[in-house]
Amino acid sequence: MTQIRQSLVIALWFMFLTFPILVIRVNTIENIIEWRWLNMLYIGAGSFLGSFAWRYFLARKGQGTRKIAAPGGTAAAATAPPETGPDGNDLSASARSAGKSRTFPSIPEVEAVSAPADLGGVLTPAPAYADKPWLHRLLDSPRLYRPFLIALAVAALVFPFLPFASTYQINILTNALLYVMLGLGLNIVVGLAGLLHLGYVAFYAVGAYSYALLYYHFGIGFWTALPLGALLAALFGILLGFPVLRLRGDYLAIVTLGFAEITRLVLENWNEFSFGPSGIAGIPRPGLFGWEMDLHAATIYIYFLMIVLCLLTIFVVNRLQNSRIGRAWVALREDETACEAMGVNPTAAKLTAFALGSTWAGLAGVVFAAKTTFVNPASFTFLESAMILSIVVLGGMGSIVGVIIGAFILILMPEYLRAFSEYRMLLFGLIMVVMMIFRPQGIVSGVRRSYEFHRETGEKR
Amino acid sequence: MEPLLDVQALTMSFGGLRALDGVSLRVQPGEVVALIGPNGAGKTTFFNCITGIYRPSGGDIFVTPPGRKRRRLNGLKTHQVTAQGLARTFQNIRLFPGMTVLENVMIGRHCRTRAGVLGAILRDPQTRREEREIVERSYAILEKIGLADQVNELAKNLPYGDQRRLEIARAMATEPFLLLLDEPAAGMNPRETDALEALIRRICDEEGIAVLLIEHDMRIVMSISNRIYVLDYGKKIASGTAAEIWENPVVIKAYLGEETED
Repeated sequence: MTQIRQSLVIALWFMFLTFPILVIRVNTIENIIEWRWLNMLYIGAGSFLGSFAWRYFLARKGQGTRKIAAPGGTAAAATAPPETGPDGNDLSASARSAGKSRTFPSIPEVEAVSAPADLGGVLTPAPAYADKPWLHRLLDSPRLYRPFLIALAVAALVFPFLPFASTYQINILTNALLYVMLGLGLNIVVGLAGLLHLGYVAFYAVGAYSYALLYYHFGIGFWTALPLGALLAALFGILLGFPVLRLRGDYLAIVTLGFAEITRLVLENWNEFSFGPSGIAGIPRPGLFGWEMDLHAATIYIYFLMIVLCLLTIFVVNRLQNSRIGRAWVALREDETACEAMGVNPTAAKLTAFALGSTWAGLAGVVFAAKTTFVNPASFTFLESAMILSIVVLGGMGSIVGVIIGAFILILMPEYLRAFSEYRMLLFGLIMVVMMIFRPQGIVSGVRRSYEFHRETGEKR
Repeated sequence: MEPLLDVQALTMSFGGLRALDGVSLRVQPGEVVALIGPNGAGKTTFFNCITGIYRPSGGDIFVTPPGRKRRRLNGLKTHQVTAQGLARTFQNIRLFPGMTVLENVMIGRHCRTRAGVLGAILRDPQTRREEREIVERSYAILEKIGLADQVNELAKNLPYGDQRRLEIARAMATEPFLLLLDEPAAGMNPRETDALEALIRRICDEEGIAVLLIEHDMRIVMSISNRIYVLDYGKKIASGTAAEIWENPVVIKAYLGEETED
């Protein structure tokens, strides 16, 4: 009975909150106000039922039950039972009704499940796997994920030639791939090295503008500009890296954010250099041995180019992650003082993280300029940085698969939900809040590599 | 024989506070030396000065790594000090909680290995060999310390005593000639303390690594140390063998306070 009453209060509260955006619509042309009372009813019913689901999931999470389908992703949570378990009910109610003081459940630390090195093929039965989310189980055994991967590869190859694949469809997929690359690049800095970087888009801009300007002034083509853009972005990364070496956490975030804004403002205002807000147009698409392509063919070409670049990114980031350098980054994230005391040079580690992270943004920037054939500063606002950061956080910091899934969800969802375009930001916020409460470590949490030893020889598998 | 570590008149002031005031200390090869003193005496500050976390306001720190020339440590960065061959543990455990036990130790190998970005990406034979060497040596160290069963466990999931030992393992992976242990027995039960004592003895005797330790547990200090230094209010008030320290009236005064009349 109390639950029903609470849900009623919640429903009323939500109806009140969303009233201005969902019910009132001002028609500025005819100067009338539309009242959409039906929307209010939907919200009321929705939040009434939603609050039950919310409470149910919180209670399950409190009990330490493992499989909770978070609306944002399909993954299952395997977090340790938080201390706020038993009073989960009261908590959700008080958090929602907003009249009382809010206490959020303490967010469990980002968990990294160590994967048993089971690459040989034989699955070890139950115990080791039983307490792990199915997504990790899937990722651990090649027998399970290999067919899936093959299917995915075939789908990716065939996709542009399917009848329903219009230029638009291919374009948004290319866009998603672009963000996969950006996400993986930022993942080096934020996910692995733990440096909160809010100005990543600056390096994206550096890449895009270096192609645009190099073409404009020197007529340099796409294939030459690609490595040059990456190199320039890496240089800028090091340039930014030096002054922020001593900063940690929030301060680092502020400075990187400032850096991105400076870059954007320079591009916007230095007319002689970057042609200001009007940007640079007429950038050529990538060529293929002088073959002339129509728009559709060129779109498909860039799509495949992006797939290749993404595969390259995944390959490199994966190798970096499991290397001496990658370990140093993770150690830096975990405890900088201890890391330095163990002989890791934090300056070098941070600078390489910044440089390598920026490299991918530079590459993506060059492709972006070639894809849209036009660059202007409006493409490189803080919102882009926030978007890329959201991809990394939502997908799972330090996890390659997670970042890829995150990029596809966050980039494709708004495209396919055009019907709800008015409420896109609302949905976005909702997903973020739900994720932070139910699955703070992201859809796929970073997995630490594990090793298996055979007798005395420490042979690695 | 030249001392491994030769600290001369080390002084460290924080504003008006003299945390260390002209402390001199020597560690000879093969020795276990203890640094004791009441809380706030400046013991950890002493460690932080040696390892380059603080820059001392005065005095000199020299090291003589076995088979190499004597060298002044003042002004070196922490990671450079570690590369010289001094490794430390922390008073409040500072492991890398989200990394596995093995990875924690592998980080210790960082300063003894070379592979760069290109090597990591290309994974050429040399990098692979180096990587294998890192894993093998780290595993060997864990075997010695007795943590080989938990290599793939996350460091934060280890019991307290094991975490302390893992910190020692990680420090040993940097191939030190001198190990600086900051209260290794803190929070351990008597049985764990005994095991720790045996471990420190073994590190010293078998690996030939000298040990300088800060410790409050007098039982372990008295039984394990070749020599003991006592600090109080940043000053060295006594030094000598365990027996000498045990009977030194100045030390007793510092720890227990002065005897009143009668």
